[in-house]
Amino acid sequence: MKRGLFALLAAAIIGAVLYIFLPAAHDPGSTAAGADRTAADAGLVARGEYLARAGNCMGCHSERGGKPWAGGRAIDTSFGTVYTSNLTPDPRTGLGQWTADDFWNALHEGRSRDGHLLYPAFPYTSYTRVTREDADALWAYLRSLPAVEQANRPHALRFPYDTQAALAAWRALYFKAGVFEPDATKPADWNRGAYLVQGLGHCSACHASRNAFGASEDADRLAGGLMPVQNWYAPSLTSAHEAGVAGWPREDVVALLRDGTSARGSVVGPMAEVVLGSTQHLSAADLDAMAVYLQSLPVTDDLALEAAAPQDEDVRARAARLYADHCSDCHGEHGEGVKGIYPALAGNRTVTMNPPANPLRIVLGGGFAPATAGNPRPFGMPPFATRLSDEEIALVVSHIRSSWGNAATPVSTLDVQRYRGNLR
Amino acid sequence: MSKSSTPSSRWLPSLAARAALAVLSLSTAIAEAAPIVEDSIAQRVQACTGCHGAEGRAAADGYYPRIAGKPAGYLHNQLLNFRDGRRQYPLMSELLQPLSDDYLLEIARHFSTLELPYPAPARPAAPQAVLARGEQLVRKGDDSKKIPACTGCHGDRLTGVAPAIPGLAGLPRDYVAAQLSGWKSGIRHADAPDCMAQIAQRMAPDDINAVAHWLSVQAVPAGGKPALAPDRPLTIRCGGVPATQMAPEGAR
Repeated sequence: MKRGLFALLAAAIIGAVLYIFLPAAHDPGSTAAGADRTAADAGLVARGEYLARAGNCMGCHSERGGKPWAGGRAIDTSFGTVYTSNLTPDPRTGLGQWTADDFWNALHEGRSRDGHLLYPAFPYTSYTRVTREDADALWAYLRSLPAVEQANRPHALRFPYDTQAALAAWRALYFKAGVFEPDATKPADWNRGAYLVQGLGHCSACHASRNAFGASEDADRLAGGLMPVQNWYAPSLTSAHEAGVAGWPREDVVALLRDGTSARGSVVGPMAEVVLGSTQHLSAADLDAMAVYLQSLPVTDDLALEAAAPQDEDVRARAARLYADHCSDCHGEHGEGVKGIYPALAGNRTVTMNPPANPLRIVLGGGFAPATAGNPRPFGMPPFATRLSDEEIALVVSHIRSSWGNAATPVSTLDVQRYRGNLR
Repeated sequence: MSKSSTPSSRWLPSLAARAALAVLSLSTAIAEAAPIVEDSIAQRVQACTGCHGAEGRAAADGYYPRIAGKPAGYLHNQLLNFRDGRRQYPLMSELLQPLSDDYLLEIARHFSTLELPYPAPARPAAPQAVLARGEQLVRKGDDSKKIPACTGCHGDRLTGVAPAIPGLAGLPRDYVAAQLSGWKSGIRHADAPDCMAQIAQRMAPDDINAVAHWLSVQAVPAGGKPALAPDRPLTIRCGGVPATQMAPEGAR
């Protein structure tokens, strides 16, 4: 009873200012009433296209260099490879025979049209938060795409992960369907940001660690995690030692998501793809809302950095020479960088993070910030995998992690070997 | 009140001056240490020259090919092929993933305009018979295997044809062998019709070896610039090569 009253009160307050969330306060499945909305409504299609950007759906549902939206991209997981599906309206190989309700069931319940359970590589653990209204807009957009005949590739998962029984057990443990519930005590922009971050943005798919069964642990805390197989570290969005933004000016958070670069640093690796395919296309209001929400995440600074053990004088001298020969031309003699071009390494959180996946991946493979509208011609860093040995990379990265006020633990040759494997 | 304020107000200018001096000297120190970085396309593509050699003149290890002076259309097509998965080399693919078509074209144009001297060719490292077979394949092809002459498209001087056909003279042996083998085994692709894949599939490993050896010992003709037009209209259709350079349908 109390609960019902609270829900009513909450719906009344929020409904007045946030009509966009209103459907969430009702039974989320009832608005379309099974009727297929046609794609004729151009406004709806345009909104669906925008939401598809917010979800970066095409990023996974297109193969590199393949037909857009026709699926086929391999998603490597700890349990085998999942191949994304064809979302175009092709009647035989795509979603041509699906209805808006079928699509809703996939997004909200993680079930396919024929009732079989979908693999959570499709992040329905996040997408379940999406409102029916937004799901219908997405559906209208997908219906408007040109049909591409391209058969879905069967997944290549190991036993028992390839069984529906295993999936059913997994879902009983780790999945609960439920549309985003706005928090009546928080302002509208916070709620919009939370809706985007927790729902379509599916940030927790990377920024939360996964347990032995591949389930995100305490997903909404966004406490960071090493991405399985890909071996990039998606840093904690709550820690001041990692990628927490509580202390940043809001415009820097927005710039990072919009341009891929800001006064505080740039994005590289998988996040560069997210900015390129998704966040750079979002409206100023939505980016601001996401920033408001991300800045409000409770700060957790339990991960105090371990102090680096003092190194042998000869080793330090050798590492310093490597730095001078290969790094200082761009990053400066004292790791100060070049403003707006090359990031400072002194005080750089990416450099000192644990695990040291990202600094090693960047030194090994080089990289560019994403070429966005706001930063269309990024400066690049060359790969050093071809020029330096594992031992040399371990030395120079350890040097960077422990110089100019940085105080992180050294990395080993073994660490370098581990991440070098991702470039083969 | 006024008495006590006098000394401090006297101190103020001097403090401010000292602070200003400190800031000045600090910024001078930073200015001395900070690297001088020019805002140029050459500086932006340091990520490329790390492996492909200074200004893209090829790396010392004999694998990473020269990119300087290659036709812009060819370089752009290859950048897109790496980014979009038609060519496989994880370092290249990862690096190019977040870059746009436009920026890749700017990068391609930059390297295509560089005119750098070519190094002396490699010393022959194969028996004369192998080199002779290589030369025969490059200049005449092999009708019995339906392998066309390389010069048919890449030009009699083997310096390529703008905008999309690369030069072959002076390419590292290992690189040529790896690329032809990649096409043959289906690892390397180009936009359809993938003419080089069709040709490489007709080549035996010995043919590939012979062509790679012979090309690597050829001196690059003065300047090494790609021709502006084919010596003769092209008879093989290739994705990415302008249709205007093709011979009319009946003549192929």
